[in-house]
Amino acid sequence: MSRIEETFDKLRSTGETALVGFITAGDPDFAVSLEITRQMCGSGVDILELGIPFSDPTADGPVIQRSSARAIEAGMNMKTAMEMVRQAREFTAIPIVLFSYYNPILAYGAETFYRDAVAAGADGTLVVDLPPEESDELTDLWGKELDFIRLVAPTTPPERMARIASRASGFIYLVSMTGITGSSGLDSEAAASVAKDLKSNCNGLPVCVGFGISTPQDAAKVSEFADGVVVGSAFERLIESGLGDKDIAERVGQFAGRLKRSMK
Amino acid sequence: MRAAENNSLVSSMPAQQLVLPDSKGHFGPYGGRYVAETLMPALIELERAYISISAEPAFQAELKLLLKDYAGRPTPLFRAGRLSAHAGGAKIYLKREDLAHTGAHKINNTLGQGLLARWMGKTKVIAETGAGQHGVATATAAALFGMECKIFMGKEDISRQAPNVLRMKLLGAEVVPVDSGSGTLKDAMNEAMRYWVGSVLDTFYVIGSVAGPHPYPAMVRDFQRVIGKEAKAQILEAEGRTADMLVACVGGGSNAMGLFHPFIQDKSEMVGVEAAGCGIATGKHAATLGAGSVGVLHGSKSYVLQDENGQIKEAHSISAGLDYPGVGPEHSWLRDTGRVRYESVVDEDALRAFHLLSSLEGIIPALESSHAVARALVEAARMPAEKILIVNLSGRGDKDLGIVEKLTAR
Repeated sequence: MSRIEETFDKLRSTGETALVGFITAGDPDFAVSLEITRQMCGSGVDILELGIPFSDPTADGPVIQRSSARAIEAGMNMKTAMEMVRQAREFTAIPIVLFSYYNPILAYGAETFYRDAVAAGADGTLVVDLPPEESDELTDLWGKELDFIRLVAPTTPPERMARIASRASGFIYLVSMTGITGSSGLDSEAAASVAKDLKSNCNGLPVCVGFGISTPQDAAKVSEFADGVVVGSAFERLIESGLGDKDIAERVGQFAGRLKRSMK
Repeated sequence: MRAAENNSLVSSMPAQQLVLPDSKGHFGPYGGRYVAETLMPALIELERAYISISAEPAFQAELKLLLKDYAGRPTPLFRAGRLSAHAGGAKIYLKREDLAHTGAHKINNTLGQGLLARWMGKTKVIAETGAGQHGVATATAAALFGMECKIFMGKEDISRQAPNVLRMKLLGAEVVPVDSGSGTLKDAMNEAMRYWVGSVLDTFYVIGSVAGPHPYPAMVRDFQRVIGKEAKAQILEAEGRTADMLVACVGGGSNAMGLFHPFIQDKSEMVGVEAAGCGIATGKHAATLGAGSVGVLHGSKSYVLQDENGQIKEAHSISAGLDYPGVGPEHSWLRDTGRVRYESVVDEDALRAFHLLSSLEGIIPALESSHAVARALVEAARMPAEKILIVNLSGRGDKDLGIVEKLTAR
């Protein structure tokens, strides 16, 4: 059983919803970013998503675009991201998911990526721009030690949901709205209705809902129908507003705690 | 134009290159659909709609009429006598896409996609633009079809291609400035894709090059094939035989694909010309096929300019339309198979060709097309006088007068 599965099993037994926290690895730099992950892991985040920055993030809004640019500028790349996972593994046992666009992985090499991610202690991968139609070239080379998390969108028809889920592991990431990350206007009723369709088409895989969830109130609403709530841009907004502040990691941790406490 | 002939996306023509892409949109290892899931259903819907609607005789008839009466096709194939004499070799013919409505070949594609959008019942269109030619052509089609239109354009390009910005606004389009990255075509395309992710339910994205996710590379190529089909008939009429060489500039590569594709089974040699900017050795260039490596950008796998970490590099060219760190996937395939030879031309030589064609033939070319003219002069000089070379004069240079004046004064 993978660490991700174990986490959901455990949460299910206590009736909790998972808080999936995303930050861009290396924003604003390696040391601060690592400290931020330490604070997040220690204050309620159940699954950590580390974004490996890409120069042209076409599914991301301005907040994550800027965080990616800062991280790249500060020297973050696949190799240093692997090192960050390795160092995070020293202080946390929660699942770590590597989140990226395909090009940085392609440049690093699919097999090397798998080997290094497993060795560093990562548990899963999510590649935003790699739909099932194109993902064989990456996953054919893989074993079972890394879950491959796939995306479902509100535009995905039910039969396609089933096809996507049949090739996913770990959990399904349901995009809450037709838009990019950090968008406003979360409609939790609409998202709940898509989640219901997805639930009957996903072989029992946990469903985590993300995009546009920025406050404890949002997280509370989504936790009523999702197995996990993904928060990303809101963390990055906080990091951006506190650039240079000594207590930024602590504040991110406190925000994670508030989110977690708001959830069912 | 017969439907089956135009619609090579689903054709069963014998030559290997003509049946490409495969059903998943791959040209050999290139192409495909590397996009966020939100867009996948829309791309699948677009592919289906394109295959069925473009096979409709009524659609083809409507498009043919628009290309003739609205865009002014066929564009002439002009024998450039003084330019040929200057080169001192092969006979140079110019395929005059600069004479098409809006001043470039881009209108062929935007009328095609605009009409398709209308047949699909879409009322809003968006597009990215570099030099502004595709933006103007999209705004034109949107005006003609009565559609709402938003054009994404990099801030750097807005300042260097001001006349086209004014034209787009006059045509009723909203020009959205993009200031991320280097504020050029790549960034405009990023922003257009982001906007499309949020508006995909009612908006048609008119991509201007043979780039982007499937079915765009094949669809744009098919709408641009009219260039090569006309040129093939015209050279036969003028010379009684086909051309020995075809030369076209390549940014994303739509004018080159349009000219080359109908000749691909023939023996004609083909040369694609990329922008070498300040010189490939300086790193400030846009020679994706000449100096790039395989990667994924803007929804397809192709050659890209990138660093060792897979971060996309900024391109550089005097010409906004070639200033792009990617290239259409079919060009990558044609490069690897050797069917097309790709060369590059530095800013300075393109500028020289710009002046030369203006003074020798009374034709002011776009800076993009000037790259093709510059390389054609080199190629023609190496060929005997009875040989025939066709250059795709993809656009006119009015939009570039400001930048040329600035550079020439320096």
